[in-house]
Amino acid sequence: MPTAPIAWRSAEVREIVVETPRAKTIRLEVPGWPGHLPGQHVDVRLTAEDGYQAQRSYSISSPPEEDGIALTVERLDDGEVSTFLTDELRAGDRLELRGPLGGYFTWTAARRGPLALVAGGSGIVPLMAMIRHRAARGSHVPTHVLCSWRTADDVIYRDELARLAAQADGLEVTHTLTRRAPVDWRGLTRRIDREMLSERLPGPDARPLSYVCGPTAMVESVATLLVSLGHAPDRIRTERFGPTGGAR
Amino acid sequence: MITRGFRNKRQRPDPSRVPPGQYVTSDFPVLSAGPTPRTSLDDWSFALRDVDGDGELATWGWKEFLALPSTPIAVDIHCVTSWSKLDTRWRGVTIDALLEAAGLDPPAPYVTAFCDGGYTTNLAVEDLLDGRGMVAYEFDGAPIEPEHGGPARLLVPHLYFWKSAKWVRGLQFMEEDEPGFWETHGYHLRGDPWKEERYAGD
Ligand SMILES: Cc1cc2nc3c(=O)[nH]c(=O)nc-3n(C[C@H](O)[C@H](O)[C@H](O)COP(=O)(O)OP(=O)(O)OC[C@H]3O[C@@H](n4cnc5c(N)ncnc54)[C@H](O)[C@@H]3O)c2cc1C
Repeated sequence: MPTAPIAWRSAEVREIVVETPRAKTIRLEVPGWPGHLPGQHVDVRLTAEDGYQAQRSYSISSPPEEDGIALTVERLDDGEVSTFLTDELRAGDRLELRGPLGGYFTWTAARRGPLALVAGGSGIVPLMAMIRHRAARGSHVPTHVLCSWRTADDVIYRDELARLAAQADGLEVTHTLTRRAPVDWRGLTRRIDREMLSERLPGPDARPLSYVCGPTAMVESVATLLVSLGHAPDRIRTERFGPTGGAR
Repeated sequence: MITRGFRNKRQRPDPSRVPPGQYVTSDFPVLSAGPTPRTSLDDWSFALRDVDGDGELATWGWKEFLALPSTPIAVDIHCVTSWSKLDTRWRGVTIDALLEAAGLDPPAPYVTAFCDGGYTTNLAVEDLLDGRGMVAYEFDGAPIEPEHGGPARLLVPHLYFWKSAKWVRGLQFMEEDEPGFWETHGYHLRGDPWKEERYAGD
């Protein structure tokens, strides 16, 4: 059965929110947006005056319950698209995008059973859409979030995560810092390891559904550790934010 | 639509080698839907399965597979997430060589590649013949790393790279073209990068 192509849409930037020194949230109004599932992404396409185009994928951080969509972009110093989006883009600008895309790394509140969300850096973005959706729907499914950041400055959505966790509706959030920690830091201070996963996440007997998102090396290591802890591979979903794929 | 303020800072990719919408990376990104499966070489086998699904037309264990005539190939690869990598070097057994070793003519026009971890992808047999498809087991002169699909992955460089199924364990012949894993999740049934066949309907 022929399907209609997913259209490129022109989206208007409503607002840009500074999240951290390196990350910004872009709130977009997308006429004709068909709605999305938490975890899905869009492809953004930029066109220069000479016709040159660049295209990258960005996860949606807003839940389906909100109007428009939000993307959160981390600036890579020598990146092509992320530097444009974080340095140059302003409210009122227009962007071309298509989506929602990706139907596998998704979660909705209709799913019961515990949830284990593991993020490295901007890998939190699609997980945040799930966390916000869970809150918007008043879901109480036990949800453990484990996020790894380089420094305390890099923590995206810190206040919102703290506020949601304080509601005592089954959401627990753990942060770990891998490079530098301020003296008053109360969270963990090492890379995500086996012990951290077994202490902070529901065990395999609870049969959680796990979503792991971040840089390739981190996702590889976490997914492998979860399997070695006894979690069923088919209950672990991963999204690797390529590039930075290691040597080979 | 021109994006205000966006300027081309990179070298424009060579349009004869880099399909539209792609950028060139020297990195080797990894994309897959779940944990990396690890199968011991003693337990590894590769099968060609008949259309009914249970009849095995041919199978090879790891050592038998390595004994098949292999071919080196240097090709450009293109991922649907819009990176391309030029001049990648592989070695493996072409699908032509596999069919020949099995003494087979393709019994049906389509296949589903099946893999450790449950991944599948569909292909037209036509896209695999005449040296256009192989089961690769070496990248850059070394065994393929598990996260890149080792011990063996399909390599169909003229299609988007999700068709080059990682951890491949066999091909099941099909009378009809039936969507595999990503194809049922909104991706194109064939995936020609030069036509930008990224998503269903493209
Ligand atoms: C499904 C999916 C969802 C994603 N979601 C998000 C998200 O929510 N938020 C987010 O921030 N990112 C996300 N990403 C990553 C995003 O798509 C981009 O890869 C990222 O923003 C980097 O793009 P860039 O154009 O800035 O960098 P690129 O130009 O692609 O460069 C990436 C890195 O490679 C190096 N590099 C590559 N080419 C060159 C070159 N020619 N010269 C010099 N250096 C080079 C640079 O060092 C740079 O650091 C997602 C990716 C996927 C696949």
